[in-house]
Amino acid sequence: MNSIQLPDAEELFKHLVTEIQPDIIKGFTLVGIRTGGVWLAERLHREFEFSQPMGMLDVSFYRDDFDKIGLHSRVKRSEIPFSVDDAHILLVDDVLQTGRTIRAAINELFDYGRPASISLIVLVDRGGRELPIAAQYVGATLELPAGKKLELRRSSDDKLSLSLNDKTLTV
Amino acid sequence: MINRNPQLNENGVLQHLLTTEGLPVSVLLQILDTAESFVGVTERDVKKIPLLRGKSIFNLFFESSTRTRTTFEIAAKRLSADVINLNVAVSAQTKGETLLDTVDNLSAMNADMFVVRHMQSGAAHLIANHVQSDIHVINAGDGRHAHPTQALLDMFTIRRYKRDFHNLRVAIIGDILHSRVARSQIHALTTLGVPEVRVIAPKTLLPRMVERLGVHIYHDMAKGLKNIDVLMMLRLQKERMQTANLPSFEEYFKYYGLTPEKLSLARPDAIVMHPGPMNRGVEIDSGVADGKQSVILPQVKFGIAVRMAVMSILAGNQA
Repeated sequence: MNSIQLPDAEELFKHLVTEIQPDIIKGFTLVGIRTGGVWLAERLHREFEFSQPMGMLDVSFYRDDFDKIGLHSRVKRSEIPFSVDDAHILLVDDVLQTGRTIRAAINELFDYGRPASISLIVLVDRGGRELPIAAQYVGATLELPAGKKLELRRSSDDKLSLSLNDKTLTV
Repeated sequence: MINRNPQLNENGVLQHLLTTEGLPVSVLLQILDTAESFVGVTERDVKKIPLLRGKSIFNLFFESSTRTRTTFEIAAKRLSADVINLNVAVSAQTKGETLLDTVDNLSAMNADMFVVRHMQSGAAHLIANHVQSDIHVINAGDGRHAHPTQALLDMFTIRRYKRDFHNLRVAIIGDILHSRVARSQIHALTTLGVPEVRVIAPKTLLPRMVERLGVHIYHDMAKGLKNIDVLMMLRLQKERMQTANLPSFEEYFKYYGLTPEKLSLARPDAIVMHPGPMNRGVEIDSGVADGKQSVILPQVKFGIAVRMAVMSILAGNQA
């Protein structure tokens, strides 16, 4: 269908782990953004044996395109099972592009409290930023055609993979 | 379809919430699922999200109501909308303005949504048919016809406690005749796949041909409550009651008031619901209302999340 060669998501994840490794200090807390970011955060949570439970955000209620696209049919519940006040948060998402999702996530986190810091982990940075947002830890930087949506998928045996789809096919 | 459901646009997308009657199961489940995530919001310290920032929601109450109006107001405020409360019963209407003139005037003030309570059945439909296509209408109770958000919060509560609708026996008990809540509950329950819905009431408090709604009729609590999983009590609407309906409230309580003894006839894990406000000692005994099986206060809490869900789904569905 497309001639673009996508990298192996499992390889990118391994690379991401080595990126994060030197900076991991006890007391960091993981928060994944649904859905892909939650999968990655779950893997990182196991990999680094975090003691704190991880959080999950569904940023649908904080998006800035609600007037254009309305609500997703299935908004999941955000779960932050720890105190955000003074927490050092590692925010995890699969793909970083415009930065609008991250803006929404930061806004939502601040409605739970005042974190000491937030750092951003993404599997893929595909450029195209519309806001001044940068990730501290990146699995890979890719250049992709603007009209395509890069999606992370997870198989039943917990293997991650990337796929490139036409935007109109996914809501 | 010849008669399109006036709540849905030509693509089947919800534009107004007027009644649970004829709503597809997908729409009902979308509302319940969305409400689930709003429960999470209402449990936080900051119970507010920016979704409806800048929207103006008019609470248009032609009939007095404290609880329903308040829960709509809280729901709208938690979505960051601006709420304007109009107690129309004591203003424009008494000066002779018609319903649609009132609505036109408020539309000219750039309303995005109307929440309507009216003593006449069909009032919310009338307004929904009249307003421009970018204005959404929520029926907060019209006459004896419908009260869809109450029914939806009841469905939400049932799903919370019983998980699945497909193996339940549900009884609606009391003043079915005057109850818009009962009608909306029956339509929602049957659409969501509840296999057996019973109504338990004296003959004088049942509407004619109620069995056409697909319910089983009982006049006796002992028979009607057998194997019941969910008891949905109704308020005895004293203010709408004519003398012919009942000999006395004491007699009603004796036969239909829910006491711990009568409740023990239902399944031991049955839940008891009531849309409020309760008449203690008339349709429900305090021992039940405040008892272990009562989920009446959770209903109130879930009511806010369900109304947030309805408002945000409607506001996001542009014509």
